Amino acid sequence: MIRVEQLAKRFGRVEAVRGVSFDCPDGQITGLLGPNGAGKSTTLRMLYAALAPDGGRALIDGIDVARDPLAARRSLGVLPHGAGIYPQLTARENVRYFGELHGMRATALEARVQELVEQLGMTEFADRRAAGFSQGQRTKVALARALVHSPRHLLLDEPTNGLDVMATRALRELIRSLRAAGHCVLFSSHVMQEVAALCDRIVIIDHGVVAAEGTAAELQSRFGGATLEESFVRVLGEREGLA
Amino acid sequence: MITTLLTVLRKELRETFRDRRTLVSSLLMGPLLAPLLLVGAMQLSLERSLDSADEKVPLTVSGAAHAPALLGFLRERGISITPRDGTPEDIADWVAKDKELVVLDVQEGFGKALLAGEPARLALHADGSGTTANRHVERARRSIQIWASRIASSRLQLRGISPALMQPVVIDDVDLSTPSSRATLILGVLSYMVLLVMLSGGLYLAIDATAGERERGSLEPLLALPVPREHLIWGKVLATVVMMALALALMLAVLTVMLRRLPLEEIGMSVNFGPAVALAVFGAMLPFTLVGAALLTVVASFTRSYKEAQTWLGMVLLVPTLPIAVAGVLEVSPSPALMAVPSLSQHLLMQGLLRGEPLPASYAAISVTATLGIGLALAWVAGRLYRREKILG
Repeated sequence: MIRVEQLAKRFGRVEAVRGVSFDCPDGQITGLLGPNGAGKSTTLRMLYAALAPDGGRALIDGIDVARDPLAARRSLGVLPHGAGIYPQLTARENVRYFGELHGMRATALEARVQELVEQLGMTEFADRRAAGFSQGQRTKVALARALVHSPRHLLLDEPTNGLDVMATRALRELIRSLRAAGHCVLFSSHVMQEVAALCDRIVIIDHGVVAAEGTAAELQSRFGGATLEESFVRVLGEREGLA
Repeated sequence: MITTLLTVLRKELRETFRDRRTLVSSLLMGPLLAPLLLVGAMQLSLERSLDSADEKVPLTVSGAAHAPALLGFLRERGISITPRDGTPEDIADWVAKDKELVVLDVQEGFGKALLAGEPARLALHADGSGTTANRHVERARRSIQIWASRIASSRLQLRGISPALMQPVVIDDVDLSTPSSRATLILGVLSYMVLLVMLSGGLYLAIDATAGERERGSLEPLLALPVPREHLIWGKVLATVVMMALALALMLAVLTVMLRRLPLEEIGMSVNFGPAVALAVFGAMLPFTLVGAALLTVVASFTRSYKEAQTWLGMVLLVPTLPIAVAGVLEVSPSPALMAVPSLSQHLLMQGLLRGEPLPASYAAISVTATLGIGLALAWVAGRLYRREKILG
């Protein structure tokens, strides 16, 4: 369970996030939707304590991230925006490195890496060096790396960027299976269809504040668009009108 | 903490050893090529200075018939004379064609002027841009002057004046340098080189582990792990230290082999560079790897890309040579206070070892302690710097 309470962050004069609050329950996929520059990545970065909030707090299973970042990170799997992997290591070594840093024991780690290789369909390139990998293959490795310690919570920042249709579908399947296993998944995207197809709950962020929140159906009925996209545009448009 | 450090160390080294280009530039280019170049240059200059003492100086003489006595004297002094007559224009032409040619032009009136006791003119033609020609001109000029001063002496004696009058001052050159200290003059450049090669051995790893990792986007997931950032950074510093130590060991091994082949004894020099001295130099230099690695990591933390890091770190490599250069200009001698200065203290320790006059153990202890202390402080700073939010870019 992830709880975000009145999070705020400013960079110099720019207020990137201004009092964002939402919950991500276990066993659900929460979508963080918003245009580029809305504050999605900044919010996520505060969740894994890469940034310290200027106000408010983030709780991972009740642990205040800013107070005890290491404890909070232990149950977090993170796929940051544009995450890269080590080109000179094989896919398996990339994943294993993170497992080792999590302090996993050799035999348990090997079994887990093998499990992920199979689960994510990486068998074909698991023992090849990552230098020539496609974007899809790189994302799979980065995802396996985030999952290696079997975290309860998963933070995915625009994971489908640069993925083709098949890879995107495979990723969706994987995220659904994680939900089925009771994980708490927070998924950020600026692509509507993406969020609509996958998420149980949607949090729309714009200009650093939560513009709207609910299930796809709720948002649609509240803002009266024929599609979620139309609702999204209306939400943003309404805010533009207000501003 | 130890486990994290070792995990990071292992991974960084594995990556470096798989990248052939990095490996070649850190462990091959520096440690192998630098000593090769140095020893090659030394050998060349040694051979030159060995030869030149008994080298036959070739001299082409135009108008040889006008100065038989002078030419006889020059032949005695080991100058081989080739008579070849021509006008000054012809001579200019010969020299233009053969840069090493030195031509002595004796005009027709030379003998007459000499007999009359007037200054008799000679012309030496050569291309002043060539080192060989210059050397030959010097030798020829000196011999001619000796001949001229003999004539002057006999003229004075004929008139009943002691030639000693013309020599109010006599300078005796007394060379007090021992063979070994003369060798270290040549080898003085070694400290610079060893230091530079050692640091550049870890350069690529330092860049790749910091700016490179950030540019590839693998730094952020790493920093999202439940591991203190300092431990990750210290692991990277440690990996850089290992690479530097490898470069140092390799270079010293190469130097040990190559310096033995140099004919230093022939010019009365002896160089202390056996395996034992190489090992001692390794021990003296090793603490400095921590300072170098931490310094590179600190500077790299401010750079935004691989390219930027390369530029800055390339300059940082020169920083440790500064104290050595300053000390060289001021001609300082070792003192306990100076032994607390990293890079300078390593330089002094190494010079002592090469000269065969090792500094006292207490000096070595100060050097090791101070250098390690400063290295640890820099490593701590590096760790702090990676806690800044800006590090993610």
